[in-house]
Amino acid sequence: MEAYISLFLKAVFVENLALAFFLGMCTFLAVSKKISTAMGLGVAVMVVQMITVPANNLIYHLLLKEDALAWMGITGVDLSFLVLLSCIGMIAALVQILEMILDKYFPSLYHALGVFLPLITVNCAILGGSLFMIERDYDFGESVVYGIGSGFGWALAITVMAGVREKLKYSDIPAGLQGLGITFISAGLMSLGFMAFSGIQL
Amino acid sequence: MDNETKKVLIDPLVNNNPITLQVLGICSALAVTSQMSTSLIMAVALTAVTGCSSAAISSIRNHIPSSIRIIVQMTIIASLVIVVDQLLKAFAYDVSKQLSVFVGLIITNCIVMGRAEAYAMKNPPMASFIDGIGNGLGYSLILIIVAFFRELLGSGKLLGIEVFPLIKDGGWYEPNGLMLLPPSAFFIIGFIIWVFRQWKTDQVEQPDFQILDISHGEGGHH
Repeated sequence: MEAYISLFLKAVFVENLALAFFLGMCTFLAVSKKISTAMGLGVAVMVVQMITVPANNLIYHLLLKEDALAWMGITGVDLSFLVLLSCIGMIAALVQILEMILDKYFPSLYHALGVFLPLITVNCAILGGSLFMIERDYDFGESVVYGIGSGFGWALAITVMAGVREKLKYSDIPAGLQGLGITFISAGLMSLGFMAFSGIQL
Repeated sequence: MDNETKKVLIDPLVNNNPITLQVLGICSALAVTSQMSTSLIMAVALTAVTGCSSAAISSIRNHIPSSIRIIVQMTIIASLVIVVDQLLKAFAYDVSKQLSVFVGLIITNCIVMGRAEAYAMKNPPMASFIDGIGNGLGYSLILIIVAFFRELLGSGKLLGIEVFPLIKDGGWYEPNGLMLLPPSAFFIIGFIIWVFRQWKTDQVEQPDFQILDISHGEGGHH
């Protein structure tokens, strides 16, 4: 249990996907103008991350890893080069299914998250989470915790960023830095803040 | 090379740079730039993938049903990235270890998808190929500038060759550790955007609120 809690905290703060690995930066910068939309996207990413990371973990361990097909009586097959294709296919399919389920059974949630769901397929934070999970060789339990933690960390980062930007629009910024430039610099400062967690041993 | 081709190739370098103006493909631009060698490899990999995927997608653009075009594009891009990934693992294993997941993340690099959607779906293969290469070069330009400053100031080296002798080796340069940490990439790109926009003033964004100077403003209550 303790190991899971420390993995969760590490995924949220120390190895924050947005601010330490710069994943999902395009949407992070594009959709962080208002707190409410940023939060909506954050929740959507968290939900998708929570499902895709364990799902990809299962696929990797049951089908793709070297000798993973042993349960079918096939040995000596290493399909791990297909990881990229299977991960992205899995993500695209799951996002599509999620969209349909939400549309059918939770219309209110669908209207809140709907516009963000297609964006999520191409969000590198989602694919990055799955690839990190494979690189670090997490087992199924760890992958569930890592999925939730990394999604939550990303949601936290984009919400905080939106808060900063809502205040920032009232300030007097040099013309060339207006908009994107100052956003980069404030993201850098936030990232510096998150670096403070990096010394923590869990 | 005629003018149109030249424009498609050169425009993304400064005038319509994918990173500083279109805000695409930032993730990997920030993450791999602490060393010159990794950034060069990443730049070449991305330029190759963007060029080839644009050409491939454009050549079958009339046969892709629009409802599943994203999946089709993803599959083409992912296959190309697998080729690049396997090549790197075979011929430059150390670099591919350092790049870790970021080669795989070329799949979701918005430059590749963005060019496929915005250009390759509407234009013939050759033009799309050149557009892909041009945007790849625009990305490479920013990557190389950022990596230049980060490696030079962070460890006093360029491509692993010592430029500033470090104090601990008896030289004079005290390396700036911040440059090796992630935040420095944000600052450097922020400053690059500032320089670009100071030079090309038409790229400046309009602020949401204008600060009025009341003492000189017309129609104010004096």
